[in-house]
Amino acid sequence: MTSTGLPLPSLAAAEASGDAIRARPSGYLRDVATVAGRALRQVPREPASVLPAVFVPAFFYAVNLGALERLAPSSVDYKAFLLPMAIAFAVTGMSRAPSLVTDIQSGYFDRLCMTPVRRGALLAGLMVADVAVVVALCLPVLVVGFSVGVGFRTGFLGVLAFVGFSALWGFAFTGFPYAVALRTGSPAAVNACFVAFFPFFFLTDGLAPRHALTGWFSAIATYNPITYLLGALRELISGGWQPGALLQGLLAVAGIAVVSMSLALLALRSRVRHAA
Amino acid sequence: MGTDGGDLTVATSDLRRSFGAKVAVDGVDLSIGRGEIYGFLGPNGAGKSTTVRMLCTLLRPTGGRAMVAGFDVARHPLEVRTRIGVALQEAALDDTQTGRELLELQGRLYGLRSAEIKTRLATVLALVDIGDAIDRRIGTYSGGMRRRLDLAAALVHNPEVLFLDEPTTGLDPVSRRSVWYEVRRLNRELGMTIFLTTQYLDEADELADRVGIITGGRIVAEGTPAELKRDLGDDLVVVELVGDTLVGDSPVGPADGGGDAGGHGEQRSVAGLAEALGRLPEVDGVVVEQGRLVVRTADGPAALSPVALALHRLGAPVRGLTLRTPTLDDVFMELTGSHIQQEEERQ
Repeated sequence: MTSTGLPLPSLAAAEASGDAIRARPSGYLRDVATVAGRALRQVPREPASVLPAVFVPAFFYAVNLGALERLAPSSVDYKAFLLPMAIAFAVTGMSRAPSLVTDIQSGYFDRLCMTPVRRGALLAGLMVADVAVVVALCLPVLVVGFSVGVGFRTGFLGVLAFVGFSALWGFAFTGFPYAVALRTGSPAAVNACFVAFFPFFFLTDGLAPRHALTGWFSAIATYNPITYLLGALRELISGGWQPGALLQGLLAVAGIAVVSMSLALLALRSRVRHAA
Repeated sequence: MGTDGGDLTVATSDLRRSFGAKVAVDGVDLSIGRGEIYGFLGPNGAGKSTTVRMLCTLLRPTGGRAMVAGFDVARHPLEVRTRIGVALQEAALDDTQTGRELLELQGRLYGLRSAEIKTRLATVLALVDIGDAIDRRIGTYSGGMRRRLDLAAALVHNPEVLFLDEPTTGLDPVSRRSVWYEVRRLNRELGMTIFLTTQYLDEADELADRVGIITGGRIVAEGTPAELKRDLGDDLVVVELVGDTLVGDSPVGPADGGGDAGGHGEQRSVAGLAEALGRLPEVDGVVVEQGRLVVRTADGPAALSPVALALHRLGAPVRGLTLRTPTLDDVFMELTGSHIQQEEERQ
């Protein structure tokens, strides 16, 4: 028998105080909080995963404002009009799906699956962390908006509702990258997920008012749920509390959420279905 | 710690797993007692890891039944998961966390309260000896440290059964010895049942109370290392031959009434040498291997001189004679017709 050569204490003695300690299933909410806590700890350690979402939307906002503001009708406050698009860019696709892929590839996901953690909590915890990150990402874009003179007709409560709406949208969309991550285990496929949805942001009234759109573009924008998300956000800034627009926005987000979450849950089931 | 036959911790019956047309595990029966170290030995692709993944609830069996810590792995996976600790072949860790964060996370996922986690961390950190590095990011760890942390993560929740899937693969000799020491210590001091898969014969020999040899998804032999080796005879005389004189490769058994192992100076093939040696009364059998003859005998010292004289009379080009006891590699060779490394290359 080989010794490590170190004066290690007796395991039996150390064990005596903790001998009665045995594993047991934790509650679902505790599982979710544990998984979310780990995901949030990772964020500042991988700044490259969030920094683009801070700078790119602000850059996009500034460039479009400079290029298009003079073309906008004088009746439209284009600074306010463009802000929802910048926010949508900032929060869409912001997920921990790439780190989930890393976990799958490294075998750490298997380690998690061998604990008594609820399978759904493995996904829900990541999504909860995503919502927290999305809320944080709204702030720099809002600061940019405030700094160029954008004001909320709905006041402080409207700002909170704006951030809440953005968080809901971020949550609703995040099911897509998780579905791709769980199905493929491929980082490239996850990265491609946002690119695949990119055109849908432009096929909206995000850059020009609806009445300025014509033909096929107008028809697509009418049926694009993102149009209604942007509409709801825009009303919170410049239209006031408009229940109809807010409801349409909520329904659009809910519709996307149902589709993306269903895909994510099916992918999770598929990933762990061979397990006992 | 030996087997307690009436108190099985791992029991399987006709356990099977297929991946499409490929059968990875083909009717494995296991009976492992509480407090036992069971060595599961076989080459890569033999079915070791697939068996472990079924026992750890990561893979559903396609046939048969497996009970771990008293629960059916297919029907009660949650009960099994709370009772087992697992360190898989590749240390499954998260490089972005510190060692301490990873262990605390494991503790929470196993339902332990903060005070319990603190207690358990004190215990497992006494075991794994990572030192101050426990508060460093795992991405900075060496291979040996990753293995030790992986082992600690498998132990945080105080499991009844510990599965170690090739725990020393890729480690340097010092780290291997360290892991062996820790495994022994866990078993001796805590009475933990340990299921150890390995492709290293010396590891199984060193650690395991009993060994199961698996190849092609089937267990071909099982017993204590001593029992398995005893079946081959008490001693082996290994005859190293000069040059590439290999002709035959068949085991040769003892001949009836032999005594004359051939005339002086007679040139023979390797197979002929084996046949002639097999006729010696002191010899139980001869196996021809790559460039050497392995002579099985009940009494090595007594057989050494007759074997040497016979080789001299036969004019055999001998480079060296070695007397040794059988190893598990000899057992594997006897059972499968090839060495474990050759079997790995073949698969």
